[in-house]
Amino acid sequence: MTQENLRQELSQAARKEWMSLLATAPEPRLAALFDGLDAAPGHDWLRAPEVGGVMLRGRTGASGAPFNLGEMSVTRCTLKLPCGAVGHGYVQGRSKRQAELAAKLDAMMQTEAAAEVEEKILTPLRQDRSARKEARAARAAATKVEFFTMVRGED
Amino acid sequence: MYVAVKGGERAIDNAHAWLAEERRGDPSVAELSLAQIREQLKLAVNRVMAEGSLYDPDLAALAIKQSRGDLIEAIFLIRAYRTTLPRFGCSLPVETGEMACDRRISATFKDVPGGQVLGPTFDYTHRLLDFKLAAEGETPEAPRAAPRQEPTPHVTSFLGSEDLIQPEPASEATPRDITRAPMAFPADRSTRLQSLTRGDEGFILGMAYSTQRGYARNHAFVGELRIGTVPVEMEIPELGFAIEIGEVELTECETVNQFKGSKVEPPQFTRGYGLVFGQSERKAIAMALVDRALRWKELGEDNLGAAAQDEEFVLSHCDNIQATGFLEHIKLPHYVDFQAELELVRKLRAEAEAARAVTDAEQAQEAAE
Repeated sequence: MTQENLRQELSQAARKEWMSLLATAPEPRLAALFDGLDAAPGHDWLRAPEVGGVMLRGRTGASGAPFNLGEMSVTRCTLKLPCGAVGHGYVQGRSKRQAELAAKLDAMMQTEAAAEVEEKILTPLRQDRSARKEARAARAAATKVEFFTMVRGED
Repeated sequence: MYVAVKGGERAIDNAHAWLAEERRGDPSVAELSLAQIREQLKLAVNRVMAEGSLYDPDLAALAIKQSRGDLIEAIFLIRAYRTTLPRFGCSLPVETGEMACDRRISATFKDVPGGQVLGPTFDYTHRLLDFKLAAEGETPEAPRAAPRQEPTPHVTSFLGSEDLIQPEPASEATPRDITRAPMAFPADRSTRLQSLTRGDEGFILGMAYSTQRGYARNHAFVGELRIGTVPVEMEIPELGFAIEIGEVELTECETVNQFKGSKVEPPQFTRGYGLVFGQSERKAIAMALVDRALRWKELGEDNLGAAAQDEEFVLSHCDNIQATGFLEHIKLPHYVDFQAELELVRKLRAEAEAARAVTDAEQAQEAAE
């Protein structure tokens, strides 16, 4: 693999990670963090926020052929910053505001604002997410059965 | 036959106004918020999402409030809303092996890697009414323990490694979608699963129960039941790669059933599969049993003539919106239909009475002679 390919793949993986983080952030938290940025650029819509559905798929027996499980509501949009960076927002649910923020932050991550967005938005969201997951996993762990054997009889 | 009749408009408007008042109930009692329904009636919300076939807890809560708690009416509202959404695409198949499990139990292996994790279950409660809930009070925090970091493997994978369970044929074929093309018979397994996962819980439960009672007998072990969240990933055409667009809670049940083997297959276990939106374990287990019963043909088993083996019967009747639509339409005006029936019965009666009069007269005549 060439250096260029590797760099491309790494940046793709990074973008996938931040877009996923923005997609699953609770809207009020995302909005509050966004308000904490020093300055946010304006934007032009390439695709105004729209609500739609995505068909979720499962696999028969968890590992076999795909089947349609049912839909999920999703809101998406695409915007362009004055500097030319294009951002996409795909978020679960019907919040147009969240899709807009996700798209704008996706675009800002491709500009010099990346470090600030990383520090003031992505890092706290990442911490929130792992705390949320940890809290549920810890409660589940407390309900794990610890079997023990009763010794019966004389010998 | 339906004929447009006018005149009901005022009555309908007033009926709906009264419905709104009844929905609100006693105004001196605090009104329910959608957040309260979403958080505190979560299993009702889950059922509405599963059978409405749209994962959106806020919308399901709204539907429950609007329908005054009539869940089939709420499911109807969600199905109707769903049809208005443009379809952005399809997700990659969710990886339930990566599930962050709130609950995971196996009825087949005691010491299974990952353990028996009970989660927030009704099991082992005494089903006695808890009058403490009638009073307001603080809920004590649930205990916590060191969380498991690694994913929990599927129980059937242990049987699979010994070749003791039939493998699922690997495929990336695009499944048929019953929301886009009408169901046709024979239906393939992916069509059956799509239909069952949004089917009526009561109907699927009844069908599954019938298999346990001896109709299409299929003794099932719950190999595994797991409830938890999985990420939803979708290919984004503008980007050319998949991102996580959300997270859903699912219940998955894999049953393990005995199989004697056939001419081409060695004796081994077979599977039934259930996967349902939300925490819906009764539905997931029932779905797995019905899925297994419907597989008789592909496994070379006998058709015992049981209802649960008849895919046309099961799939054509498991949808509660289709069923309630057809059932409830008979309460709507059928005045002309009935007028025709009335005319017919009157005519038949008149003919029968005339015939009896003739017979009576003849009998009287004979008696006289």
